[in-house]
Amino acid sequence: MPLWADIIDVLLLQNYNTRLVVLSTTLLGIAAGLVGSFLLLRKRSLMGDALSHATLPGVAIAFAVMISLGGSGKSLPGLLLGATLSGVAGIATMLVIRNTTRLRDDVAMGFVLSVFFGIGVASLQMVQNLPGASAAGLESFIYGKTASMIRSDFVLIAIVAGIASLLSIALLKEFLLLCFDDAFASTQGWPTLALDVVLLGLVTAVTVIGLQSVGLILVIAFLITPATAARFWTQRLGHMLVLAAAIGGISGWLGASISALTPQLPAGAVIVLVAASLFLFSMLFAPARGIVPRLVRHSRLRRKVDRQHFLRAAYEILETASGPEGVPNLPFPTEALKTMRSWTPVHLRRILRIARHEDHLEPTAPGQLLLSEAGFGEAARVTRNHRLWETYLIKYADIAPSHVDRDADLVEHILGAELVRELEEYLGEREALVPMPPSPHLIQPSIPGEP
Amino acid sequence: MNWTSFDTWIVVVGALSAVACALPGCFLVLRKMSMMGDAISHAVLPGLAIAFLITGTRASVPMFFGAAIAGVLTALFTQWISRFGNVDRGAAMGIVFTTLFAIGLILIRQAADHVDLDPGCVLYGAIELTPLDTVKIIGVPIPRAALVNGGALLGNLLIIVILFKEFRLSAFDPELADTLGFSSNFLHYLLMTMVAMTTVAAFESVGSIIVIAMLIVPPATALLLTRNLPAMLIIASATAAASALIGHISAIIVPTWFGFSTTTTSGMIAFAAGLIFALAWLFSPTEGIIVRHLRQSRKDWKDFSPEPDENF
Repeated sequence: MPLWADIIDVLLLQNYNTRLVVLSTTLLGIAAGLVGSFLLLRKRSLMGDALSHATLPGVAIAFAVMISLGGSGKSLPGLLLGATLSGVAGIATMLVIRNTTRLRDDVAMGFVLSVFFGIGVASLQMVQNLPGASAAGLESFIYGKTASMIRSDFVLIAIVAGIASLLSIALLKEFLLLCFDDAFASTQGWPTLALDVVLLGLVTAVTVIGLQSVGLILVIAFLITPATAARFWTQRLGHMLVLAAAIGGISGWLGASISALTPQLPAGAVIVLVAASLFLFSMLFAPARGIVPRLVRHSRLRRKVDRQHFLRAAYEILETASGPEGVPNLPFPTEALKTMRSWTPVHLRRILRIARHEDHLEPTAPGQLLLSEAGFGEAARVTRNHRLWETYLIKYADIAPSHVDRDADLVEHILGAELVRELEEYLGEREALVPMPPSPHLIQPSIPGEP
Repeated sequence: MNWTSFDTWIVVVGALSAVACALPGCFLVLRKMSMMGDAISHAVLPGLAIAFLITGTRASVPMFFGAAIAGVLTALFTQWISRFGNVDRGAAMGIVFTTLFAIGLILIRQAADHVDLDPGCVLYGAIELTPLDTVKIIGVPIPRAALVNGGALLGNLLIIVILFKEFRLSAFDPELADTLGFSSNFLHYLLMTMVAMTTVAAFESVGSIIVIAMLIVPPATALLLTRNLPAMLIIASATAAASALIGHISAIIVPTWFGFSTTTTSGMIAFAAGLIFALAWLFSPTEGIIVRHLRQSRKDWKDFSPEPDENF
C-alpha cells in the first residue's frame, strides 16, 4: 500500500516525472473532452477509433522514409507528421465512401479502420528489420508510453491541446450550428464542409498526440467517455463543454496519479477506468438526464396522477348521490370507486394507503370511505380544475363533450395555479363565478345499485 | 516466389476464417452495426484474461468461452447504455469496449507476473505459424487452426441457412419481425454471439485484424455489387476468400519491391480486401463510379440534344 505521504506527493505533483505525466494526461483530457463533445453531438464518436487506427501506416512509412533519407527515423515530429498525413488520408477515404456510395457512416469508418490498420501492421512489420526500428518505440504508438514521458512530449501535448481547446471555444457558435443542423447551416451560407474539416482536423491533432503518449485505446476513450458523461448533466452546449473538459481533466489527473502510486497498473488503462466510473455515476445519478432521477420524477408524476384521479372519483361519487342543495361530505362504499376507473385491487389498495398517509381519508366503517376535511377540499379543487379545463376545451378547442373527459385527463395533472387563473379569465364570468361548474358530460357509471 | 504446401495451408486457414467472418458481417453491415466487430474484438480481452486467471492454463476451451461471454456482454452493455441512458449507440459502444479493454490490460498485467500472456500475441495472432500446429485426422496432418475456423464457418453457415428468413426480416424490418412473432432482439443477440464466437475462433490463430476487416470490407464490397441478400452473402464470401489468397501472395511479393524481406500476411489480407473494395467501387455495373459517371453524362447529352421532330 502506498503511504499517505506518497499519495500527497503525487496529488500535489511534487515529483518531476510524475508532474510531467499527470499534467500531460490532464491537458489531453481537457482537449479531448472539448473536441469529443462535438463528435458526440455529430453522432461520430467512433471517428476517434477509426482515426487512431488510420494513423499507423503513416508512422511506419514516415519511419522508413526518414531512414532512407539518412536520418535517424526516430524523430518525433517526423513520425507525427506521417501519422497526421495518413489520418487525413483516412478521413478523406471515409468522406469519399460516404458521399459516393450508398454505404453509411459506420461502414465507412469500419472500412478505414480495418484496411488502414492492416496496411499499418504490414508496413510496420516490413520496416521492423531496418536499423534502429525496435528502439524507435514504434510499438508505443499502439500501447502508449505514458510512464516514460519526457519534457519535449509534454511541451508538444501542451501546445497542441491548448490550440485545440482554444479553437473549439473560438468556433463554438459555428460548431454548434454544424452539430445541430448542418443543412440549415449550409443554407445560411456557412462553409459546412470547411467547418467539418476543421473539426476533423482538431480530432486528428488530439488523436495523434494522444496516441503517441497514452496509446490507442486511451485516446478513443478520451474522445468519447467524458463528453458522453457530461451530456447527462445538462441540456446546454456551453455547460456540456465545460463539464466534458472537467471530466476529461479529472480522469487524466486521477488516473495518472493512481498509476504513479501503483506501478503495477498501466496508466492508460487506469485513466480509462476512472473516466468510465465517472460516466457510470453520471448515467445513474445526474439530475438532468440520469436514470435514477428520471425514474424518481416518473414515479412522482404517477403518484400525483393517481391521487388526483382518486379524489375526483370520490367527489363525483358524492356529487351523483347528492341533491341540488350542494355536495355533502358523507361516507361512501369502497366498491363505488372500482366502477369509476379500471383500477386493479392492488393498485386501488396502494392509492388508498397513500391517501390515508396524506390525511385525505378519515377512519370510518369497514367497506366505507370518508374524506377528511382537507381531502374533501382538495377533491373539490381537483374536480373544479378538471371541469374548467373541459369547458375550455369544448369552447375553444372544439372537442366534442363526449370525448372531452379523456383529453382533459391527459393535461390537467400539470395545470398550475397560474394556468387555472387564466382559464377562469378565459371562461368569462359565468363559469368563473360558479364555485363548481357542472360536468359537461354524463358521469357514469354511478354507484352500483342506483338508477 | 517459392510456393510450398505451407503457403497453401496459410491461404486455406486465412480463407476459412475470412469467410466465417464475412457471413455474419453481412448482417452487421445491414443492421448499421459494422463497428461492433471492432468493439467485440477489443472487448474479449478481459474474458481471455479471466479465463486464464481461473484455469491457470492457456487451454483453448476455457479461453474460448471466456472470450465469447465477454463478447456477448459487450453487445448487452452497449444495448443497455444506449437504451436506458439515451446515448448514441456509437458512443455507448466506444465506452463499453474501451472500458473492457482497460480491465483486460490490467488483469493481464497482474497475471503477467506468473506467466507470459502478452496482449500483442492475443490481439495480433500469427497466421504464418498456424501450419506448424497440426492435428492428425485419418492419418493426414491438418492445422488445428483450419479445423477451428472451419468449425466456426460451418456453424455460422448452418445458423444462417436455418434462420435465413428470420435474419433477413429482422435485418430489414425489425418492427415487422417483432409483430410477426420472430423476436428481433433474440436474433440480435444470436448474431452477436455468432460474431463473438467467430472472432474468438479466428483470434487465436489469425489475429484480430483479419476479423475486423473481414466483418466489414467484403460485405461492403458485396453491397456495392448487388441488392439481393443471398447474392450478397455469396459475393461477400467469395471476396473474403479471394482476399486471403491475394493477401498472402502479396505478403510474399510486395515487400521485395521496396527491398524488404517479409511482412505479415494478416495485414496484407486486410489490404487486399480494401483493394477489391476499391475495384468494386470503380467498376461495379450498378453502383460503380465509372458507370454512374457514364450514365450521368449520357443523361446530360440526352437532355442537351433536341428531340427529333416527328412531324418533319
